[in-house]
Amino acid sequence: MPVKFKQEQDITSYIQALIDKKGHEKAELIPILHEINAELGYISDDAIKALSEQMKIPTSQIYSVVTFYRMLAHEPRGRHVIQFCESAPCHVAGGRLVLQKLQEELGLTQGETSQDDKWTLITTSCLGICGVGPVMIIDHDIYGNLTPDQVPDILSHYD
Amino acid sequence: MKATRSMVLVSADPESMDRGALDIFTELQKQIRDFGLEEEIALSMVNDISKPGFDPLVLVYPDAVIYGPIKPGDVHQIVEEHLYKGRVVEEKQISAYNFTGRIAWLSARKGTLPAENRVVLKNVGLIDPEDINDYIIHEGYQALGTVLNDLTPEETIAVIKNSGLRGRGGAGFPTGLKWQFVNSAEGDNKYVICNADESEPGTFKDRLVLEGDPHAIIEAMIIAAYAVGADEGIVYIRGEYGLAISRMNKAIDQAREIGLLGINIFDTSFNFDLHVHAGAGAYICGEETALIESIEGNRGEPRSRPPYPTTSGLWKKPTLVNNVETLANVPAIIRNSADWFKSIGTDSSPGTKVFTILGNVNVTGLIEVPMGITLREVISIYAKGMKDGKNFKLAQTGGSSGSIIPSSLQDTPMDFDSFKKAGVSLGSGALLIANDEICVVDLAKVLLNFFRNESCGKCYPCRIAVPRAYNILTNISEGVGTMKDLDVLKTMSEQLVELSHCGLGQTAGSPLKDCLTHFRAEVEAHIKLKVCPAGVCPMSGRRAY
Repeated sequence: MPVKFKQEQDITSYIQALIDKKGHEKAELIPILHEINAELGYISDDAIKALSEQMKIPTSQIYSVVTFYRMLAHEPRGRHVIQFCESAPCHVAGGRLVLQKLQEELGLTQGETSQDDKWTLITTSCLGICGVGPVMIIDHDIYGNLTPDQVPDILSHYD
Repeated sequence: MKATRSMVLVSADPESMDRGALDIFTELQKQIRDFGLEEEIALSMVNDISKPGFDPLVLVYPDAVIYGPIKPGDVHQIVEEHLYKGRVVEEKQISAYNFTGRIAWLSARKGTLPAENRVVLKNVGLIDPEDINDYIIHEGYQALGTVLNDLTPEETIAVIKNSGLRGRGGAGFPTGLKWQFVNSAEGDNKYVICNADESEPGTFKDRLVLEGDPHAIIEAMIIAAYAVGADEGIVYIRGEYGLAISRMNKAIDQAREIGLLGINIFDTSFNFDLHVHAGAGAYICGEETALIESIEGNRGEPRSRPPYPTTSGLWKKPTLVNNVETLANVPAIIRNSADWFKSIGTDSSPGTKVFTILGNVNVTGLIEVPMGITLREVISIYAKGMKDGKNFKLAQTGGSSGSIIPSSLQDTPMDFDSFKKAGVSLGSGALLIANDEICVVDLAKVLLNFFRNESCGKCYPCRIAVPRAYNILTNISEGVGTMKDLDVLKTMSEQLVELSHCGLGQTAGSPLKDCLTHFRAEVEAHIKLKVCPAGVCPMSGRRAY
């Protein structure tokens, strides 16, 4: 469960500790961003500011890196993040209809987070599990060989 | 289901069709069924096989026997004698002599069906990937011992060069040559990088090697480092591959513990260490200069080349970047000799290739077979035929950056040069097989959508043309495309190749080109008749863009 930092002081000391552990080199920027993303659920503007001051990298540069990579989020996400593969192998195996069903059930289109912060739906490029397509990943759980009628049951396992 | 043991092809060129090839095909179908052989024998027609004066032809695999000219009345004898009893019908047989092109090639492959030949995946699934001792028992780190004790770096490079190993990431660049470039580059520090940012849709071969045999990659990287004179290595694994990352980290720790990484490896003066860098989700980072940018903590935008990474790569030092599958071949080549490696596959592309089979077939998954196998063989033998008996329409080879190939090209040997000659790309080895319920416009839309999302945005042609092409395709799929749109798409596909900065943009146009070359009639039906022949596209009549 992501930890939300209420005060700026907290996030500064958290990031200081992280940098002490990983090192100040620019090569450590992406590994550090990975950790922040895992801890907070996303990389907030406060985190970018604190990182910038401590690593001596301009905020613009950190922002450009954060928004470049798909696994790094710049906006808060829901409690459960659904990644649905929309690449050709899953599409050919019937992914189109599964995604339709998923969007209906959630009432969300791609990139949206539900009002109650429960779900975020993301469509993504190939996840490398194509042998069992169509595929989706909810948080860290992988679902393969999906059919539209399995969708409600799968979603009901998350609260 | 039984495995297919034999394959029968009937020539279907105009000459053969005139002389009743279709009747022969139906008669074969009937007779094979009468003898109860339908599960063991794959039957199909081939467009581009013919020998004037002998058409129509019937070819039987794996014996590579050619019969001709065949009349419907001869079919019973061939099925009963050859397919049922296993005796060649000599009076109908013709020699492969004087045949050219595909026939010559087909008959040269006598007896090569259908065993898999595992080099890269030899240990995968057999050894415990989390136990270095299990790898060592299975000839592990033997090649490293040979290299460090008996060979100079130059001799090591010579072995790899002689083997003819070519990069398995898609481009097919000779691996030994790359090693030599880095070896002869000036620089006090050099790096070896394993490119495990496998993001090509439909490809998961590298993941299985990393998860199933991580020590093979470590061993290969140490050998490569010794050959090129590097002292630091990085395994760049895509961030989504959590299990691969943790297993590789564990394997590196184990190797370091027993002195295979670190200083004075095998009591020599050679030092080398290795760590994992996890990617953060960007397809473009599979491009080697973008990958290097990403390791340095930047956006993964490809650099201008030259200078190539072999002279100025990571931190501007000479850097060797090799794909996982390429590296996984290295220890086996050292252990078994370059000549052994050359005995597998074709002359220009020795060795095996790992293919991932996906789509509307009965069995999906991963196979490792000698280079030069045909798509028809893959579908009928390894994939056990098309699912639900539907018709094969097209295959998409090599992931998104590969080619869409129609059924008429399914007898092209899959190796780097034959594919290049046919104007298609082997790419990463993904084979997405689609039946006739798939619409090419819809498929092209999915592929362009992928490139639209994954374009890094650095250069204009890719950033502007790819979304524009996606919009045009969407309009066509809504039934509001125009014939002029097709000219625009064609121009775009050409300009993307010529003007894009890196491989992503250069290949983004290939689905457009392939659709217009092989499936123009189907695309035009969307425009002229306002009909999607496969019934997939929405065809709402509303402009989307």
